[in-house]
Amino acid sequence: MIWKEILIRYGELSTKGRNKKDFINRLRANIRHSFNNIAPLEIATERDRMHIKIESEEQFEVLMKKLPTVFGIQSFSPVAVCDKELDEMKKLSLIIMEQFKGQELTFKVEVRRSDKSFPLESHEIQREVGAHVLRNNPNVSVQVKKPDVELRIEVRQDAIYMMAQIIQGAGGMPVGSNGKSLLMLSGGIDSPVAGYLLMKRGVRLEAIHFFSPPYTSDNSLEKVKALANELTKFGANIRLHVIPFTEIQVLIKDRVPSNTIMTTTRRMMMRIADLVREEIGALGIVTGESLGQVASQTLESLTAINDVSNTPILRPLIAFDKLEIIDIAEQIGTYETSIQPFEDCCTIFTPANPKTKPKVDKVNYYESFTEFDELIERAVRNREVYKFPETQKAKDKFEGLL
Amino acid sequence: MIYLDNSATTKPHKEVLNTFVQVNESFYANPSSIHEAGVESNALLDRARGQIAEILHTEEQFVLFTAGGTESNNFAIFGVPKANTHKGKHIITTEIEHPSIIEAVKSLQSEGYDIDYLKVDENGVISLQELEEKLRKETVLVSIMHVNNEMGAIQPIEEAAKLIHANSRAAFHVDAVQSFGKLPISFNGEAGPDIISISGHKIHGLKGSGIIAFRKKMNIIPLLLGGGQEKGLRSGTVAVPQAVALAKAARMATENMEQTTAKYRKWHNDLLEFLAGFGETIHLLSTKTGAAHIVSFSVKDLKGEILINALQKRGIIVSTSSACSSKQKKTSHVVEALELHSNYKKGVIRLSFGALNTDEDIIEFKKAFTEVMKELKGDKNQ
Repeated sequence: MIWKEILIRYGELSTKGRNKKDFINRLRANIRHSFNNIAPLEIATERDRMHIKIESEEQFEVLMKKLPTVFGIQSFSPVAVCDKELDEMKKLSLIIMEQFKGQELTFKVEVRRSDKSFPLESHEIQREVGAHVLRNNPNVSVQVKKPDVELRIEVRQDAIYMMAQIIQGAGGMPVGSNGKSLLMLSGGIDSPVAGYLLMKRGVRLEAIHFFSPPYTSDNSLEKVKALANELTKFGANIRLHVIPFTEIQVLIKDRVPSNTIMTTTRRMMMRIADLVREEIGALGIVTGESLGQVASQTLESLTAINDVSNTPILRPLIAFDKLEIIDIAEQIGTYETSIQPFEDCCTIFTPANPKTKPKVDKVNYYESFTEFDELIERAVRNREVYKFPETQKAKDKFEGLL
Repeated sequence: MIYLDNSATTKPHKEVLNTFVQVNESFYANPSSIHEAGVESNALLDRARGQIAEILHTEEQFVLFTAGGTESNNFAIFGVPKANTHKGKHIITTEIEHPSIIEAVKSLQSEGYDIDYLKVDENGVISLQELEEKLRKETVLVSIMHVNNEMGAIQPIEEAAKLIHANSRAAFHVDAVQSFGKLPISFNGEAGPDIISISGHKIHGLKGSGIIAFRKKMNIIPLLLGGGQEKGLRSGTVAVPQAVALAKAARMATENMEQTTAKYRKWHNDLLEFLAGFGETIHLLSTKTGAAHIVSFSVKDLKGEILINALQKRGIIVSTSSACSSKQKKTSHVVEALELHSNYKKGVIRLSFGALNTDEDIIEFKKAFTEVMKELKGDKNQ
């Protein structure tokens, strides 16, 4: 295999002044973590790029497949290496250009000569290698401004490094570089997308889910676990807190007018989430709410829900259309899981006409007749916590069948 | 019994049967049910689908389970043209297709569709030039079998695919029932088919199970309507045990493909040489360039049936040109297409190898065949 290295460009990180070092270290740690199945990786960092050394074909394949999902990477390139001889460089240039074989395209050679003692000047290398590529690839022509392909040659101390392909990364910032928040994960289409968007901005997530057996089935919990697990592919561990919610939900149904059930349920969820948030040291709460999508997501409803907490509530989807959200869900691979038809706790006990414009003081008044605090504390205490990605794969019950 | 009729059907592998029984015992719930047992069946079904998708180089969502090769072929032939009438009503196929293609296009012909049948040369191979000439703006479907079931001719699928995709808007269907597991066949962008049919029981899987797979999202009308299973394209409770058994058979067939094909090729060459030794008493329909697992030939002035009976007495099972046509009295359309001399038309015999055959089987066949020929044709031909 000719590939000896993958070169990673940071993108947005490059502009971040003093915190840059932290960001780079964070990115390196995230990459190490995401690829611990092919560990150990040798990663060297520079001001504006990072080099991962490739030692086997397997490492290369896994990296090429998964690097596009790691946040904080603007782009990356597989890099080939050869001896510091002109003939070797020419040979390698053809092998690298092989992947564009048959395509009509423009190209140029770009040389970075960090070993100043190398006998050939940059423009000499450019001319020699460029001419060699042109002679052997009739479909290729030279264009200096905005070529389709830039064959990049770096003359370093130890060897010549060469690359041509630039693969788009996921952009954003390394997960964990912007603190931690708690994601309210319902199992629907929106909440995983909200989580994804915050992760993209460098936020580390834990997730919380409200479980109301027997009104919601084990399947719906499995679905939420699957979603949490899917989010981990963007480069971080996620802990999922599952709150036993049946008792509270049934009590709410008994104690408040039916058109207020939904608002009160949301407020209780928020209170529980806030307690969990405090315990795990997260700074914000993330939800998948989108303005006006359902009765609980009008500005009035959001106001009534916010009333129970002073914590910043991050709603990245607030101005998104449903179709835009679905698009992202499909891209990140959570859509198919989200649309599995299991009841979640938001769809049970929903009255025919929930209030779309609840008044905070009225809701407070209705709730004032019931002692919820103790139930809430108990629910938080009795929560179950799952860790993703699952370190030990559950035994494959289909083993041997396929 | 020495079984040399594997193109008619194969004996299921033990492993495949075990899978079938185990899935029936443990995962019998309807995969469309939302209860736990159904969810589990569905997860298993997804795994089987994923395994096939990987082998065929397509996405999981483009693999559908059917009741066999005939259904898959019928689905392609009826489904694509009927969904694309706005583009035209022209279909191209070959004159040596399996009856599940020929009869289906004939039915469309009676409804007013325009059908072109590509001719084949003496080796049973189509002409790419003729294909290019026949392609029109109104062509909606081209269906070409990969390996012919009666004599093993291999069609140039890759070249045909490139021609079709470059010169028309037609979908390209490949009946890979005889080739899957013996020759590489998968989706390959513009250099491959759009639709592939596969049958389980030709690859040591079970009868009554097959696959139709697509390269991408297709405009196609379902053959079976009902509960909307298989994304609405193939209603009917999905037979999970059959699907999983088929995925297993497909894996076993493709994993060991190189070895088994090398074995078949050795026997194929050996038998072609052996049969050539009979001079003009025997006319070879199979060629060195044909599929390795099929050896087809004709004995001059002799009915195939007589040969089959004589060999059977010696414990050797072979077939006339195909199992489908062997019970009908008339000469098969493939034999007609090859324009055999009338002396050879009635005596076509097909040997077809499977994974369970051994070198000894071939030696035994040669011995028995020599005896039979002596008995039926006398010494004068030796």
